[in-house]
Amino acid sequence: MASSMLKYATSSVVKKQVMGVTGLLLCGFLISHLIGNCLMYLGPEVFNKYAHALVTNPLIYLAEAGLASIFLIHIGLAAKLTIENNNARPDKYFVKQKTGHGATFASSTMPYTGLIILVFLILHLLDFKFGPLHTATYGGVEMRDIYKTVVDYFQSPLSVLWYIFCMIALGIHVSHGFWSAFQSIGFWHTKYTCLLQCLAKVFAVVITLGYSALPIYCYLQGGN
Amino acid sequence: MSSENLMTLNLKIWRQKNNKEKGEIVDYTIDGISPDASFLEMLDILNEKLIKEGSDPVAYDHDCREGICGMCSLMINGQAHGPEAETTTCQLHMRKYKDGDTIVIEPFRARAFPVLKDLMIDRQAFDDIIAAGGFVNVNTGNPQDANAILVPKENAELAMDAASCIGCAACVASCKNASAMLFVSAKVSQLALLPQGQVEADERVKNMVLKMDELGFGNCTNEAECEASCPKGISISNIARLNRDFLKAAVTSND
Repeated sequence: MASSMLKYATSSVVKKQVMGVTGLLLCGFLISHLIGNCLMYLGPEVFNKYAHALVTNPLIYLAEAGLASIFLIHIGLAAKLTIENNNARPDKYFVKQKTGHGATFASSTMPYTGLIILVFLILHLLDFKFGPLHTATYGGVEMRDIYKTVVDYFQSPLSVLWYIFCMIALGIHVSHGFWSAFQSIGFWHTKYTCLLQCLAKVFAVVITLGYSALPIYCYLQGGN
Repeated sequence: MSSENLMTLNLKIWRQKNNKEKGEIVDYTIDGISPDASFLEMLDILNEKLIKEGSDPVAYDHDCREGICGMCSLMINGQAHGPEAETTTCQLHMRKYKDGDTIVIEPFRARAFPVLKDLMIDRQAFDDIIAAGGFVNVNTGNPQDANAILVPKENAELAMDAASCIGCAACVASCKNASAMLFVSAKVSQLALLPQGQVEADERVKNMVLKMDELGFGNCTNEAECEASCPKGISISNIARLNRDFLKAAVTSND
């Protein structure tokens, strides 16, 4: 029984399904993180209070552990699948040409865009979560002024450009990943699959534009 | 046929003595090729020339030359079965090319398909996957009444579409991961869509997928190059069905 379960769990199909499900969960995280970021437009007080409420909630550790595991599973499996896929064709073609009706730029660059996002993720945590500490006091409560950390960081045009570059990579990644997850799980429908592919592109554009707008906003409000 | 239409072509062909030795691309020039010749006839003409010269002819797979047997293969300028959609190599004609063209011809490549010689590969792996579950067990006895088992028309057509797979391995060859998912999904679907295939459905999908993994094929990344290269136009909706059925088998199977 246990060995049979293990066989299912380690099969190519289930590995892809786990990639899909963790990927979709991460898409959910992208949406909630973006909504949180948008509070920056309402000023330092609203944003700092929101961030304070988040990090002082005792459930945050559970949520962070969950999120970290989803990331680690997605990244770990991606590495394993990519290595297996490379091994499946040890002798490469002398000439390889795409048909033009299947693979897209997004689908054929998934490991590369994924790698960019991984590097971004590590730097992102170092720059903000573990970045420079400033404090602010609202109504007698002292809390971290994460707003200042963010605005300071985006004073460098290079930081803004790097951030936007990574958000473009992220958009490309989810434009294939989002619908591909449904295909891996086994959802296919003559009407809805086409709709999902369109939705994936819309989602990608919303994510890229949504996340890229903030650094530009921070940069523009600079010395104020 | 006026001789004005005859073409001279530069061929770059993968030559490999056997599956132990390393192969290489060898250049050939061939002239007097009619646009009406099929791609394999062009190779036959080259081979006749090579034999006359006392050289070793190029080994390649072929059988029916009608596009239905699945024996011919060939990566032509980096595309499985060449540039034409839903066409096997044997049905590709030289009118697709023009005088002076360079054509690169390689075998289908995957760890699971070792090169035997030149452009010939061993596709035993596909037979092994079929042997793992791509069949139905039927007790012999008196024939049943016709139409005793009802099959919805739509399912009958989808099963027939899946059954049109000729097992040529273009899906594996064109996939950047050398994944066999389109082949396996077609062979699972042609039975899973019919009442007769239900009895062994869970076992079938499980055994065929596990055999496919064991043989060293890659993992599907839903790029659909397989569908675009398939000479029979098999849809990747079959892959979704395979994914779904495998998940169902994992949950409901008794073992």
